[in-house]
Amino acid sequence: MITDAAKKVLSQESKKIATRTAYGETITALGEVNENIVALDCDLSKSTMTALFAKKFPERFFNFGIAEANMMSAAAGLATIGKIPFASTFAVFATKRVADQISSSIAYPHINVKICATHSGISVGEDGATHQAIEDVAIMRAIPGIIVLSPCDAKETEKVIKAVADYNGPCYVRLTRSNIPVIFNDDYKFEIGKGNRIMEGTKATLISTGFMTHIAFEAAKKLEGQGIEIDFINMPSIKPLDEELVVESAKKTKLVVTVEDHNIIGGLGSAVCELLSDKFPVRVIRMGVQDKFGASGETYELIKAYGFDEESIIKTVKSVV
Amino acid sequence: MDKTKKEMLQKKAGQIRIDIMEMLCEAGSGHSGGSLSIADVFAYLYFSDELKLDPKNPLMKDRDRIILSKGHACPVLYAALAEKGYFDKSNLKTLRKFGSILQGHPDMKKVPGVDMSTGSLGQGLSAGVGMALGLRLDGSSSHVFVIIGDGESEEGQIWEAAMSAAHYKLGNLIGILDKNGLQIDGFTKDIMNSEPISDKWRAFGWKVIEISAHNFDEIEAAVLKAKEIKDGPVMIIADSVKGKGVSFMENQCGWHGKTPSPEERDKAISELENALKN
Repeated sequence: MITDAAKKVLSQESKKIATRTAYGETITALGEVNENIVALDCDLSKSTMTALFAKKFPERFFNFGIAEANMMSAAAGLATIGKIPFASTFAVFATKRVADQISSSIAYPHINVKICATHSGISVGEDGATHQAIEDVAIMRAIPGIIVLSPCDAKETEKVIKAVADYNGPCYVRLTRSNIPVIFNDDYKFEIGKGNRIMEGTKATLISTGFMTHIAFEAAKKLEGQGIEIDFINMPSIKPLDEELVVESAKKTKLVVTVEDHNIIGGLGSAVCELLSDKFPVRVIRMGVQDKFGASGETYELIKAYGFDEESIIKTVKSVV
Repeated sequence: MDKTKKEMLQKKAGQIRIDIMEMLCEAGSGHSGGSLSIADVFAYLYFSDELKLDPKNPLMKDRDRIILSKGHACPVLYAALAEKGYFDKSNLKTLRKFGSILQGHPDMKKVPGVDMSTGSLGQGLSAGVGMALGLRLDGSSSHVFVIIGDGESEEGQIWEAAMSAAHYKLGNLIGILDKNGLQIDGFTKDIMNSEPISDKWRAFGWKVIEISAHNFDEIEAAVLKAKEIKDGPVMIIADSVKGKGVSFMENQCGWHGKTPSPEERDKAISELENALKN
């Protein structure tokens, strides 16, 4: 059953927007009111959508060319002058390629840099494994002091970007390529460290993040139609995790399924397991990429082939309740 | 440069070297050679009065920035900062000890006067690029000085930063290359030859000034000229002797990451003190 709180913030429209588009629009809007906001990119501005900001504020946009390491350390330098740098590229390059620059130049001195990476997960599609970040959350979670956020739609992205702009410290925001349904309306409120329960039930807890939330939501609704009422939680804040919400739900349902477009090692599922193994041990099934590389293909075709599409979620939940 | 100023700078450099020997001996680990090779340049940067610095207000908005990209040489930075009055000199004896503000590599959040945390080589010049871009956006007249090593220049990121600084015509960015010719495993020419290094910087669009890292007249002329060049970045290539000032350490690869024993420290300090007297 959809919660009363969720009813107020769920969108009634059926629009599809990519979170990267919402990102580009939001930093451009923020740029209007805060002249310290600057955007950085590595020759992907038309894909990450920082091009929207660049068009409006060319003097505050810095293209570093295809040189991600330099961009990350330069972002740190800009932040020491009081700028609020939003540094963007594809998630594979924004994390794996520059883990040390992020760790040493940004996280260790806790510098106010916002790394907003697009094209995360196998949902990237046709570009294939080299361009599908399935380890980015694991890497970013393991670096001390970085906030890791994974918004599920355009509206949540807008709220997330506004929140990270207000927060003083390093943040990693995981964005996606494809156009996906807008789930929330403008009344939706986001807070770092908070998730939101969209549906409630007692049979199981289903937790999703980012690209997977619109798919998991459909699965949860179908499960309800089949008489299986579950807690369905959207978790945009992976680090810090909304521990209170996860533990409370696990205490009620005693069975948790997580689903993410990421390797099952180190992402949302791991974060939930780490929490529950300490606070309230229950069975946790981690759905996502099962520790293998991605491949070329169409977005939803890949999600199905890798075993975490809507049907697989329904099947998994039904097999354990 | 007049005689008084030169003598003052020589004294400061001597004191910095003595402090480096004291602190490294006390710490029992750390980097001797690369700290000594750049000591004269640090004496100039902090004591010539040519840079906008205020030890009483280390975060002064319009200060010039100094980034020690070759962060392992931090004893020279810590000694210069303490001598300048950024923090009490008694801290020097806590180098590398648990709880100290003086970490094994510089931490900007712990040490007043440190403008950038460094240690993982190749990143400081990029941070300098970011600072220079930010200062220019603010219309500031401040300069960013970044000290890099010749071993460090084997890192690809140095050349990413080089390209971007020239692309953005960062006239407020001044690099100083501590060209001491040595790295941990041996002579740089044997480990990974980066020569002709001046041609490389020129080819990347930088103005290059070549000097001796141990001649205050040349250091001053280079810094003043670099500050006058407004249309792009400048690399001051400072030929140095690794271990400079302590004869048994000079040009010895083994003294890269080694510290003096108490006897070696005493020998080093007496040599440094004698040099000051003459």
